[in-house]
Amino acid sequence: MLKVRELRVAYGGIAAVKGVDLDIADRETVCLIGCNGAGKTSTLKALARMLPAHGEIRYRGDDIVQWPAHRLIGEGLALVPEGRGVFARLSVLENLAMGAYCRDDRGEIESDLQRVLGLLPRLEERASQLAGTLSGGEQQMLAIGRALMARPKLLLLDEPSMGLAPIMVQKVFEVIQTIAAEGVAILLVEQNAKLALSVSSRGYVMDSGLIVLADSSAMLLDNPKVREAYLGGE
Amino acid sequence: MSSLLGARRDPRMARAGAVVLGIGLAIMPFVVGAGAGTAWVRVLDFALLYIMLALGLNIVVGFAGLLDLGYIAFYAVGAYLYALLSSPHLAVAFPALAPGLHWPVWVILPLGALVAGTFGVILGAPTLRLRGDYLAIVTLGFGEIIRIFMNNLNRPVNLTNGPQGITQIDPISIGGVSLGRSVEVAGFVIPSVYLYYYLFLIATLAVVFVSIRLEDSRIGRAWVAIREDEIAAKSCGINTRNIKLLAFAMGASFGGVAGGLFAGFQQFVSPESFTLLESIMVLCMVVLGGMGHIPGVIFGGILLTVLPEALRYGAVPVQTALFGKVLIPPESLRMLLFGLALILVMLYRPAGLWPSATRKRELAVAREAAEGRSE
Repeated sequence: MLKVRELRVAYGGIAAVKGVDLDIADRETVCLIGCNGAGKTSTLKALARMLPAHGEIRYRGDDIVQWPAHRLIGEGLALVPEGRGVFARLSVLENLAMGAYCRDDRGEIESDLQRVLGLLPRLEERASQLAGTLSGGEQQMLAIGRALMARPKLLLLDEPSMGLAPIMVQKVFEVIQTIAAEGVAILLVEQNAKLALSVSSRGYVMDSGLIVLADSSAMLLDNPKVREAYLGGE
Repeated sequence: MSSLLGARRDPRMARAGAVVLGIGLAIMPFVVGAGAGTAWVRVLDFALLYIMLALGLNIVVGFAGLLDLGYIAFYAVGAYLYALLSSPHLAVAFPALAPGLHWPVWVILPLGALVAGTFGVILGAPTLRLRGDYLAIVTLGFGEIIRIFMNNLNRPVNLTNGPQGITQIDPISIGGVSLGRSVEVAGFVIPSVYLYYYLFLIATLAVVFVSIRLEDSRIGRAWVAIREDEIAAKSCGINTRNIKLLAFAMGASFGGVAGGLFAGFQQFVSPESFTLLESIMVLCMVVLGGMGHIPGVIFGGILLTVLPEALRYGAVPVQTALFGKVLIPPESLRMLLFGLALILVMLYRPAGLWPSATRKRELAVAREAAEGRSE
């Protein structure tokens, strides 16, 4: 589904991502963990074409490294941006409708809407409320729901647990697992390494712009170095 | 179950309202002219021009959230284009064109929209990555550049006649009937300002119609998405670059049309009409009325055109009646009261005098939340 080779991102002269290789198979959930400033979000933004990047990003056969961001969603590659990024002064329903902006199959959109609202019942309750007035967790749900409205094949999630209460983090990750179970491939960028590894099948550990470890999530959870550096050294 | 298809308003009520409004607008100049004098019909004409400008700026500022402080430049472009193409002035620079082009209005206005729209893209393209205050400064500079060009393009080739401006512009004429003179219909004399009122009214209604259609369209929703969150808009598949340029171009083209109408109406243009203060006035109409809300913006346009005029006519008699002499000249009083009104509105009605339902809802929710906390 996604094959990344030698991905590089630089801000001015400062390199943030220094040659990252990454693979995601169909229907697979993969996580990318690491500390603050390791280059996780830059990697994800480069994959979503929000940042200029060098290297090779092969998505379903096409090299998309020069593509404009807005083309990706039509090809089934959706980003849930960091910090949620909902349209604050639009209602929940209008936000979800924006997710289907590039689609013109009206009937299908309506049935997808019902499916998303079924998956995220809190959004149903707050359908006509303005997105900016939702709680952080609800906004995260909305951002995920909006991405689902595009019927993605690959979902890029940027720090979905950031700034959420523990109970909301739990709920958000349950939703992510449900989406994964429906066959959507997921790339999950997280600081909450333990949680990310527990829902993914494979993981990449990033440090200073490079992938320093790549293994199955179970192995990474047991890896002493990972335990010490990212899991609180239990 | 919630659905994407919202409820529609009662069509019969809407139709009845439209009929009443239509009759009101049609007899407006006669009522105003008989009650307050022809000078006030002229004020109405200007109100309509400013409504067009405010609606154009509303696309850029209200819909797409791009702060533009140089909007009057597009009005200037439209006005000067009309002036050059329908006055003898062009023959000064190019004697071969004597006695000037004198093109018909239905050629110049669309051309004005197109040229102003192109200028909109010229402004938009280099500022695509700017937002907020940075964008405001660049657009402000753009507005001034255009005005200064108008002021100085009398050398080496006398294109704009510099600070003296262009005179002897043809009045707008439609189907051979010049709107610059009063017309007699069945023994009934309709003065020129009344004729211009109807022309401007039609143009304004067209602008309102286009604005409403744009707001409801895919493009309108894309503008709102960009205003709210650009990265999220991109991730929804919106080509933010093109959609922003389109906002600049559409807004500018409204300004260009209004400028052309202004030049034909005044039969004179000079750089003085296109100062930064004019840009700010139009922005105030948008902000005071209710940013992004078409009825609010129209209301703001009427208010900020009619009130200063009322003050001009009313300030002197009121002050002489109260104090026996004029303490504050009307011009200073106007700016003073205007500033005061602006502060009051921003304090007590931050979303504008007539905000959209969404903005009202948003403020109501914020207030509830605040009350909830204080309990």
